[in-house]
Amino acid sequence: MFELLGIPPQVLMGQLLLGLINGSFYAVLSLGLAVIFGLLNIINFSHGAQYMMGAFVAWMLLNYFGIGYWPALVLAPLIVGATGIVLEKVALSRLYKLDHLYGLLLTFGIALIIQGLFRNYYGISGLPYQIPDALAGGRNLGFMFLPTYRGWIVVASVVVCFGTWFMIEKTRLGAYLRAATENPALVGAFGINVPRMITLTYGFGVALAAFAGVLAAPIYAVNPNMGADLIIVVFAVVVIGGMGSIMGAIVTGYGLGLIEGLTRVFYPEGSAVVIFVIMAIVLLIKPEGLFGRAA
Amino acid sequence: MAMADTQTGQDVRFRKEVGMPRLHKIIFVVLLCFLIALPFMVYPIFVMKVMCFALFAAAFNLLLGFGGLLSFGHAAYFGGASYVAAHAAKVWGFTPELAVLAGTLAAAILGLAIGSLAIRRQGIYFAMVTLAFAQMVYFFALQAEFTGGEDGIQGVPRGELFGLVSLQDNIALYFFVLAITFGGILALYRIVHSPFGQVLKAIRENEPRAISLGYQVNRYKLMVFTLSATFAGLAGATKSQIFQLASLTDVHWSMSGEVVLMTLLGGMGTIFGPLVGAAVIVTMQNYLATFGAWVTIIQGVIFVLGVLLFREGIVGVISRLLKRRL
Repeated sequence: MFELLGIPPQVLMGQLLLGLINGSFYAVLSLGLAVIFGLLNIINFSHGAQYMMGAFVAWMLLNYFGIGYWPALVLAPLIVGATGIVLEKVALSRLYKLDHLYGLLLTFGIALIIQGLFRNYYGISGLPYQIPDALAGGRNLGFMFLPTYRGWIVVASVVVCFGTWFMIEKTRLGAYLRAATENPALVGAFGINVPRMITLTYGFGVALAAFAGVLAAPIYAVNPNMGADLIIVVFAVVVIGGMGSIMGAIVTGYGLGLIEGLTRVFYPEGSAVVIFVIMAIVLLIKPEGLFGRAA
Repeated sequence: MAMADTQTGQDVRFRKEVGMPRLHKIIFVVLLCFLIALPFMVYPIFVMKVMCFALFAAAFNLLLGFGGLLSFGHAAYFGGASYVAAHAAKVWGFTPELAVLAGTLAAAILGLAIGSLAIRRQGIYFAMVTLAFAQMVYFFALQAEFTGGEDGIQGVPRGELFGLVSLQDNIALYFFVLAITFGGILALYRIVHSPFGQVLKAIRENEPRAISLGYQVNRYKLMVFTLSATFAGLAGATKSQIFQLASLTDVHWSMSGEVVLMTLLGGMGTIFGPLVGAAVIVTMQNYLATFGAWVTIIQGVIFVLGVLLFREGIVGVISRLLKRRL
């Protein structure tokens, strides 16, 4: 076997895979943020809490109702997405006429409430969630050992990201959405119910976060704080990529995950901050973000 | 920026006065008398904590309320300064006033560095950038040698002020803290009402117009960001001397959230709002400390209700009812 700079390929590949998995979560979460931002012009601070809710709902479905992983993968995003729709109807929709920063403050408050409630009832020790039988174990690829579930995370996230991109960029519904992003008043004049579209978009973005949460449940302990720190990194990802383009959010997410993985191999101490350092560099060179439009 | 637009509509109606309006003078004097008497009636450590957070919130308000910039990472300066001050007092053997000065200076440098990057983006992005950099400071505090990781820096000696007056006594320490925080708040008041503060207000209200009038907007933004970080650092450095401790709590993002909450609750863009907000939140935390996660939940609820129904804040409402700027 070859060695690269004294790093055995198994280690390198292992960390790259880990990076790719983190990247999958960054991609799905920043995609959700970008979708919401596009139409609502707010940054959804409760995204991390809603990701955590996705994992918890999957855990509850299994432990209280005996509903397994596969149905949960669909049900949990639907349930959490529904709570998002209620939230948009009751609270967020009142803020559109105000400064966008109020949306940030409101969703931050929501995040505190959600995290506090779950911490109150489930503690912070974390709850286990079994990997479904079909995805247990792993396979030897010759150059590395691939745990099946981790491979599945990457595949599932790519499919969801591609599906979302396709829906927004290539379908009629997506065309309405993009049009409403540009000029909601005009789209409304064509007889399209823009407020409802906004509500559903928020629900969809939240459902994406919850989907990521279900994917995460079997590999990370289901924990009320699991979204809080992650979301800050995702914010940095979003700043780096710029929220102007759907594809940009996806590519930046995976790319930064990989870079983080590489950093963990060559300079482990820096892995926690590498994304923030990249953010600083991007702010210096191209402040509007790699895929962003000048704001 | 429209964050404090509730204020602007009223400004026209306020009488123009030179120097500090009499009402403000009276409030400051009454407040000072009250604070001088308070440690003999209430547990001084608690009042000192309120004063530190009042200064922290007032510093934050300079940026949000008067500069129109929402930073979500002010814990970095508050906590960063508290680490440096604690380290200076404990390891370098600095006297308290020098330790506080060192912490404040560190916060100013940090604010200048982060600010010069953050002001390159606006609005929501600005909030996210400041939050992300603050998280970087948090990771640094978690991993660096001198910060003591999860334990923080404990057992910081109280030392002797100017090498003369021992601060072991709570009352002596109290007046040291009172002088710093009250002085800090008066300095912030002076900044807000200086020509510099007026330019800030102009930028907040209409940035393109301020640019067209020839103001170097980014220079003003950077300056107000650095000033805000400096005073936040002064508050954090002082706090580390009171509690003889610098810990991860002070640099955590939830601390950044708390100072936003204090300012929002008290009234953004008002002079006395942050002080009221800080007093309310710290008191609440004190009484609800035994309820654990409920503190977080209640803070979240205050955030939500504050944004939906009560954007003027406590002092903002009083100010509107009295038709006086507070």
